[in-house]
Amino acid sequence: MRYFVDRRENPKGKSLGNRQRFVKRARNRIKEVVDRSLKDRSIKDLSTGETITIPTKGIEEPKFFNDGRTGKKDRVFPGNKEFIPGDTIPRPEGGGGKGQGKEASEDGEGQDDFSFTLTRDEFLDLFFEDLELPDMVKKSLTDVKNFQTKHAGYRTSGTTSNISLVRTMRQSLGRRTALKRPKKEELDQVEEEIKELEAKSRLGAKQKARLEELRALHEKMLRKRAVVGFIDPIDVRYHAFEKVPQPNSKAVMFCLMDVSGSMGEREKDLAKRFFLLLHLFLDRRYEYTEIVFIRHTHVASEVDEETFFYGRESGGTVVSRALDEMKKVQRERYPTDIWNIYGAQVSDGDNTSGDSGNCISLLNNDILPFVQYYTYIEVVDENEMEIVRNGEGGSSLWKAYRQVREGWPLFKMGKIAQAGDIYGVFRELFAKDLKGAS
Amino acid sequence: MTKQDTQPLFTRSEWTFDLMSTVYDAIEDIAHNDLGLDTYPNQIEIISSEQMLDCYSSIGLPLMYKHWSFGKRFVRDEHSYRRGYAGLAYEIVINSSPCISYNMEDSSMAMQTLVMAHAAFGHNHFFKNNYLFQQWTDAEGILEYLSFARDYISKCEERHGRERVEDILDAAHALMDQGVFRYRRPPKLSKEALHKKVKEREEYEERTYNDLWRTVPVNEEEKEEPDPSEVERKKRREMFKLPEENLLYFLEKNSPILATWEREILRIVRNIAQYFYPQKQTKVMNEGCATFVHYTIMNRLYDKGLITEGAMLEMLHSHTSVVFQPEFDDQRYNGINPYALGFNMMTDIKRMCMDPTDEDREWFPDIAGNGDWRATLLDAWANYRDESFILQYLSPHLMRKMRFFAIHDDANKSNLEIAAIHNNAGYRDVRNALAESYNLSLQEPDIQVMDVNMKGNRTLYLRHRVKNGVTLYEAQRDEVMKHLKVLWGYEIVLRGLDQQTNEEIYMATTKTSFD
Repeated sequence: MRYFVDRRENPKGKSLGNRQRFVKRARNRIKEVVDRSLKDRSIKDLSTGETITIPTKGIEEPKFFNDGRTGKKDRVFPGNKEFIPGDTIPRPEGGGGKGQGKEASEDGEGQDDFSFTLTRDEFLDLFFEDLELPDMVKKSLTDVKNFQTKHAGYRTSGTTSNISLVRTMRQSLGRRTALKRPKKEELDQVEEEIKELEAKSRLGAKQKARLEELRALHEKMLRKRAVVGFIDPIDVRYHAFEKVPQPNSKAVMFCLMDVSGSMGEREKDLAKRFFLLLHLFLDRRYEYTEIVFIRHTHVASEVDEETFFYGRESGGTVVSRALDEMKKVQRERYPTDIWNIYGAQVSDGDNTSGDSGNCISLLNNDILPFVQYYTYIEVVDENEMEIVRNGEGGSSLWKAYRQVREGWPLFKMGKIAQAGDIYGVFRELFAKDLKGAS
Repeated sequence: MTKQDTQPLFTRSEWTFDLMSTVYDAIEDIAHNDLGLDTYPNQIEIISSEQMLDCYSSIGLPLMYKHWSFGKRFVRDEHSYRRGYAGLAYEIVINSSPCISYNMEDSSMAMQTLVMAHAAFGHNHFFKNNYLFQQWTDAEGILEYLSFARDYISKCEERHGRERVEDILDAAHALMDQGVFRYRRPPKLSKEALHKKVKEREEYEERTYNDLWRTVPVNEEEKEEPDPSEVERKKRREMFKLPEENLLYFLEKNSPILATWEREILRIVRNIAQYFYPQKQTKVMNEGCATFVHYTIMNRLYDKGLITEGAMLEMLHSHTSVVFQPEFDDQRYNGINPYALGFNMMTDIKRMCMDPTDEDREWFPDIAGNGDWRATLLDAWANYRDESFILQYLSPHLMRKMRFFAIHDDANKSNLEIAAIHNNAGYRDVRNALAESYNLSLQEPDIQVMDVNMKGNRTLYLRHRVKNGVTLYEAQRDEVMKHLKVLWGYEIVLRGLDQQTNEEIYMATTKTSFD
């Protein structure tokens, strides 16, 4: 007795639940790698990249098993060449020996190192964990897209409000023609002829016959018209609508960062996370987002991301040069009628004395008039949490920017000291937009 | 009918269900009428490679509860498969009635033929006839039981939260190897209806035990050691049926802290461990039997002209790589290949039956030259496990052929010593040593519950009988003990005592300060 069963169409991914449990379990280890990978991957890569490969060491499932390095035992191997009883051979590397040791390490210690791939969502979830985004926002960042309803042809069912008259009539006409429904003109013509004949007082035999014929015809036509309706339910057509991703306009994000000596690993890492969040946010709102990286010391230049975050530049700090550069790049490449322009500046707040005034005027006169939004983030020392919490006092730049803020609602500023602060600040800065989005 | 006037059953590599059906009949004819195999009905399922990965990860069972370790296995297998580090098995076969085997859709018709002969007849016959499987597993009930287990655990997750269930499963998995009855036969797997009764009885038992526990005052004057008086000890031993080697069973019955559903989970894990226990003891025989059967059937099909030379070559290629045994100094050496050892031994038995040498007559007077290799093998398949099979049938001829040698490994010495080789003086020693290495009671640590402190802090006392000075791997031992504590609720003490001298070799405990 036997059966053959074709299971190929059965659902795959039976182990999805197990995989989710595993990722949850391995979370802490994976998280480390996610954090590390943040340093090695570019902003765009992170937000669009589907996968990341992760070496995971030992998610142990301990068991009682014999330690191959202890005690006395006899083992058997195949392939003797020259040994004779009593020979001694040095113990092979690794002490434990392979024999039983191998079996024991199958699920235990041993070489259990393997790598696997996180999906984009899994990755983003883990990444955002640090930023402490509320789940709702996380969701909208990772999967919601804006849709617009678009016309997508016709269908035979729908709601009355969606009836397409033109289409319905066209269907009706076709059907009437095909089924030879007598037209109104034809009917009128027959009726008129009947009237004419009836109006005559005397009719010849020929005319009488004609009248009979016409009356029969008339009746037949009426019947036919009753059977083949002018509009039949099957003629009715409805407009069909479809949700299509909204054709979004473009956005450009200017990342301005102070890279003078005081901006260390930590500061750049925080800056990167902030820029990343901003990029994901813009990426969600606009079909197409570009990033311009501008770094500055006492000079400013547009650079690629690599140089932006990893370059080892040093020198004095003249913030206004960066604003100048932003203005220049915008004039050259990003006309305001096509581009939505966003600016984000990260600095530790140090500036050459006297330059802050230049910054104020550049922002007021040249930059803020064309941007959608401009944020200034100050990275402060971890010990200065107090300043983050309550202080309006701060660096010279911070003080200068406070004046700018008075006149421009689209200009926002905030302070961060560690990764956990980023989202809070971000949310504050973009509160209105986020509310609208979620 | 001669070979010339028979048409081969297939000439191309694509398979169809009709074709498989025809080939199945041809295989069945040889298996039953020529080899005398006795099999469960077969259910052959065609699956995709992705589904094969799914199967793998849940230890080859078609229905399994959810647990992160299966996800880990999936992730690992998938990775090595996608990278091409490892191929997928061509088949997975399940000890159930009907006997379910999974064949991969990407296999060629020749491979499907090989796989059907191997799994649907070789393994199937072994499952149905080997005494261990007959006595210890319930082929009819297993699928139903697994489906019960899966549903039960998922209900527990809903009701008590995934995390709590995971804690229990983690702990139970850590003790899986200590969750089998080695010497007495376990009760049959209960079907769901029966199951309810069992559960009611257990609840009653639990209540009575709890009465005992309730009388125990836990106070500051806790005694470290259980009451040493002989009368008390005897009483405890009777009550807890000590010593008990099945740790999961002991915890399921006696743990003072587990809820009924938690006990049920232990029971599920224990039943699955028990179900796999015969497979662990018969790797060489089971794979050997399946390999010998497919090899014999392939050759018969070819002799009858039912398969083409091309198909035969393809199968032989696969067969050869399955039974390949690298030598100990080969890069690829990864222990003794059970397919190779089993197949070689069975081929050797056939040789001894049909064409014995004087040596064979001396060593195997019962079977040498008896002329009936079929019956001899059927008998071996039915009545042995790896250890006893090797002890009974490994011949000097094969030991020479595989150039076996035994090494004595004493951890206290820096050198390994060659204890015996394949010569007259060494045959018995090599054979004994090889058989011992398949003796699970030697290979797996012997850990038993010895005592419980009932009037004090409820410490659980375990004993590890240390054989030949082989101790436990410490890092993992301590982790397992933490899991044990999760299930027992109180401290655990594990003593390693030398099997012969009863001398204490080590002591491990979950107590943070031990004085």
